[in-house]
Amino acid sequence: MRHISVDPPPFFHRGPSPLARLAFFGIVSLALLFADTRYRYLENIRMVVALALYPVQRAVQLPGEALAYVGSYFSSQRALAADNARLKEQLLGDATAIQSFPLLEQENNRLRALLAMSARFAGASVAAEVLYSGRDPFTQKLFVDKGDVAGVQLGQAVIDEVGVVGQVTRVFPYMAEVTLVTDKDHAVPVKVQRSGVRSVMYGAGTGRVPELRFLSPNAEIQPGDRLVTSGIDGTYPPGLAVAEVTSVERETGQMFARVSCKPLAGVDASAHVLILAGAAVAAPRPEEPAEAESPRKGRNRRKG
Amino acid sequence: MPQLPLLASAQPEEILLPAKPWFVVVTLFAGLAANMLPLTGMALLLRPDCLALILLFWCIREPRMIGIGIAWMLGLLMDVADGTVFGQHALAYALLAYAAEYFRRRVLRFPLWQQAAQVAVLLLLCAALVALVRIVGGAPLPRWSYAVGSLSGALLWPPITVLLQWPQRPTRSAAEI
Repeated sequence: MRHISVDPPPFFHRGPSPLARLAFFGIVSLALLFADTRYRYLENIRMVVALALYPVQRAVQLPGEALAYVGSYFSSQRALAADNARLKEQLLGDATAIQSFPLLEQENNRLRALLAMSARFAGASVAAEVLYSGRDPFTQKLFVDKGDVAGVQLGQAVIDEVGVVGQVTRVFPYMAEVTLVTDKDHAVPVKVQRSGVRSVMYGAGTGRVPELRFLSPNAEIQPGDRLVTSGIDGTYPPGLAVAEVTSVERETGQMFARVSCKPLAGVDASAHVLILAGAAVAAPRPEEPAEAESPRKGRNRRKG
Repeated sequence: MPQLPLLASAQPEEILLPAKPWFVVVTLFAGLAANMLPLTGMALLLRPDCLALILLFWCIREPRMIGIGIAWMLGLLMDVADGTVFGQHALAYALLAYAAEYFRRRVLRFPLWQQAAQVAVLLLLCAALVALVRIVGGAPLPRWSYAVGSLSGALLWPPITVLLQWPQRPTRSAAEI
């Protein structure tokens, strides 16, 4: 016996219901989210898609660049002259420092060699132009126009003419993603230039100021102090300017002082940045199995 | 026969020419490109999610052509372009396309500015889903300015509707026939 088909005729057929499709794609999205956040499996796919999107990205930039070019063509001669005079003055001001730098470097290297200390960071670096700042309102990121092809590597420090901007966190063939020092929980090991107190600066996310955590209330720090990288993490070379302390709150009864600071580099304004080649090599981590086995010993040592 | 007012949305009774597939694809890519514009400061704050807006338009107008699957794939492209977690925009756009499919017959009955109000709700829903995904992933709560993009997107709905419908309006000679 033949049945009449209950399916709609093929010209009304439209596949699974919208809810079924939403459920399917929703579950795939959640799986992707999980795979990406937990395991970072998908970096290769991301790289391929980013490469495909790169021409579009450059094309979108063209009008702005053309406008800037035309604008610079018409910039007044007086402004250029003033700029030139200012730069010359600056060069003159820095002349002594620049001229004596090779000598000092040599001397420093010799002294460090005598003391058998690891060589300081020195290497070629890559100048890059900021393509655009990340539009994700939950993170603080920049995208720059140099990538794998130009020798940019993961984890390299990024600075501008004033100080540290951030760190390379993703490398695509023709561009790289830089996470800014103001990104939430981005940690930069710093020390106070004036007193040498070491600490770690934590970014706090969009619109919030970074802070130094776990500084005791009697730490030698005051508003206006400059923070420079301490270099003990192996990522940021030592001595780069990072931030300026804006306020120090020492409350009795609190374990730690509340220190907020302002990044010196134009973290969201600089148009050109320098990617420092070759992360500084960190000293190998000392083995500490004994301490892990007997916590008491460790506590004693900390006390002493 | 009265001439069609060209600068108003087509009424539901009006018969439009079918949308050309290449035009749909080009507008969607234009939306993606607009999302990649290098903006900073105030412009970045006001910037609507153009891709979501154009996607919503086509989901409402051409549901046979643009559905949840295509929305999802565009979301993946957006995730890469923004450098965000894979699947975040994909999930949001898939939900947006589903909501569009659910609401499309109702939305089209309203005048443009009332449509815009409903679009604002849809875009806010989309943004809220993205925020939820990020907050579950450990991000801080976004500030109030996070919603501005959705509202400006809704304000753009009337002009975008008129613009994207332009090629589908019957030509004058055809209307006279």
